[in-house]
Amino acid sequence: MINRNEILETNRMIDDMNLDVRTITMGISLLDCADADVDKFNEKIYNKITTYAKDLVKVGDELAKKYGVPVVNKRISITPIAIAAAGCKTDSYVSIAQTLDRAAKEVGVNFIGGFSALVHKGYTQSDRKLIASIPEAMAVTDRVCSSVNIGTSRNGINMDAVKEMGEVILKTAEMTKDAECIGCAKLVVFCNAVEDNPFMAGAFHGVGEADCAINVGVSGPGVVKKALEEVRGADFETLCEMVKRTAFKITRVGQMIAREASEILNVPFGIIDLSLAPTPAVGDSIAEIFQEMGLAEPGAPGTTAALALLNDNVKKGGVMASSYVGGLSGAFIPVSEDHGMIEAAEKGALTLEKLEAMTCVCSVGLDMIAIPGDTPASTISGIIADEAAIGMVNNKTTAVRLIPVIGRKEGGHVEFGGLLGHAPIMHVNRYSCEDFIARGGRIPAPIHSFKN
Amino acid sequence: MQEMEKAVITVLGQDCVGITAKVCTVLAESNINILDISQTIVGGYFNMVMVVDITSMNFGYDVISEKLDALGNDMGLKIKIQHTKIFDAMHRI
Repeated sequence: MINRNEILETNRMIDDMNLDVRTITMGISLLDCADADVDKFNEKIYNKITTYAKDLVKVGDELAKKYGVPVVNKRISITPIAIAAAGCKTDSYVSIAQTLDRAAKEVGVNFIGGFSALVHKGYTQSDRKLIASIPEAMAVTDRVCSSVNIGTSRNGINMDAVKEMGEVILKTAEMTKDAECIGCAKLVVFCNAVEDNPFMAGAFHGVGEADCAINVGVSGPGVVKKALEEVRGADFETLCEMVKRTAFKITRVGQMIAREASEILNVPFGIIDLSLAPTPAVGDSIAEIFQEMGLAEPGAPGTTAALALLNDNVKKGGVMASSYVGGLSGAFIPVSEDHGMIEAAEKGALTLEKLEAMTCVCSVGLDMIAIPGDTPASTISGIIADEAAIGMVNNKTTAVRLIPVIGRKEGGHVEFGGLLGHAPIMHVNRYSCEDFIARGGRIPAPIHSFKN
Repeated sequence: MQEMEKAVITVLGQDCVGITAKVCTVLAESNINILDISQTIVGGYFNMVMVVDITSMNFGYDVISEKLDALGNDMGLKIKIQHTKIFDAMHRI
């Protein structure tokens, strides 16, 4: 029988430490919607999405009531549109993005991810159309998220795509400059993208996945922070043990919700993604965990080590709690979505270069970082290339979600609102990499990719 | 026989007359049977944990949690109902 203290501990985590199920994401394959006529394709994907996901929001809300734990977001990921729409005879995929936006609004999910292309080794005609459609698609839709995979550890880095994505990011910012360049917050460039990630903006439903799957993302940086208060000043073994135990408990809740959601919706359960995903709220921050570990500010020497042990022990605790841990699982380090990271960036404690170092050991990459609007496209491409190189060589997912804020300079500010938060515009190294980026072609796969 | 489904009801807030009675009335109306109650009052702060049988509950979780929320708002309390599975998941291997 459960005892009183356990009941109160669970409820303290939920009520005081922001433990929540961050997202229930339904992955839907659109491969069977292929059609040469783009209007028919749009009709098919709209019907499939709105049929499969019609009860998703309702079930998420019901589970939240049943267990007294918030289920914050209900979302959808779909087959990368560059693959699903490859047969369409059309020059632009903007109408497809609009259809996805309509479908998302119809079923009540707040984001739909998968306006995506996988070009790590090369482009298809469809990939080119999709990437060219991104800026307008991001400008004319509210809930559609886009991602492009430009490298893998197995295949190397497509530097033509890296070059193009620098330009696409700038153009997306330009087209949404009246709305704080919000388009760029919905666009992420990956190396080693994963096929079952439930978190936005990078979610898509990989081609190796089933027709439909339920993936659940759990979060709780506040719970980890509070747990670490109990072991203040203790050695690293004790610290790591505490992170693991906490991650275990959080994951078990996610596992239970995922299993039940998949049962009710009659959709196979995919994975649990245990990611410490901060929100701008106080008490829901990765930066606060660093401070609790003994760093004055995130960015101080020791931050990379602190993040490495955090990320690793979150995974270890999570893996023990569920047989199907997947997605990105680890610690996210977005800047604009974490009040402690925002303050550290404003003070100058946290720089872009330090963030880059941290991405070697975090679960993803450079995330939600505002940069000056006059940053050259080639510099953005250079940042993407650096990040992709880290992912490629270290066999991990890395990503870049930068927001060049048009018309604003370093030291300025941008306000996205809601979960996306706000951010200071950070300093970017002004030395050019234009000639490097202009070379084009591919960076070959690293030596350790030859494992066969 | 159908396996018994249980939930935990937690009530937190300033102590006042009739808390237990009013919560129990809502439960009785909903055909929820009380299996166990433990209650402490420390410095005027009321803290009650109830384990209840919800096998024959005649409302959904949305309705019952709304009723408890409404009662909680009236009395300045925080009242929560949760299926016991969440505690088993978190604290039992």
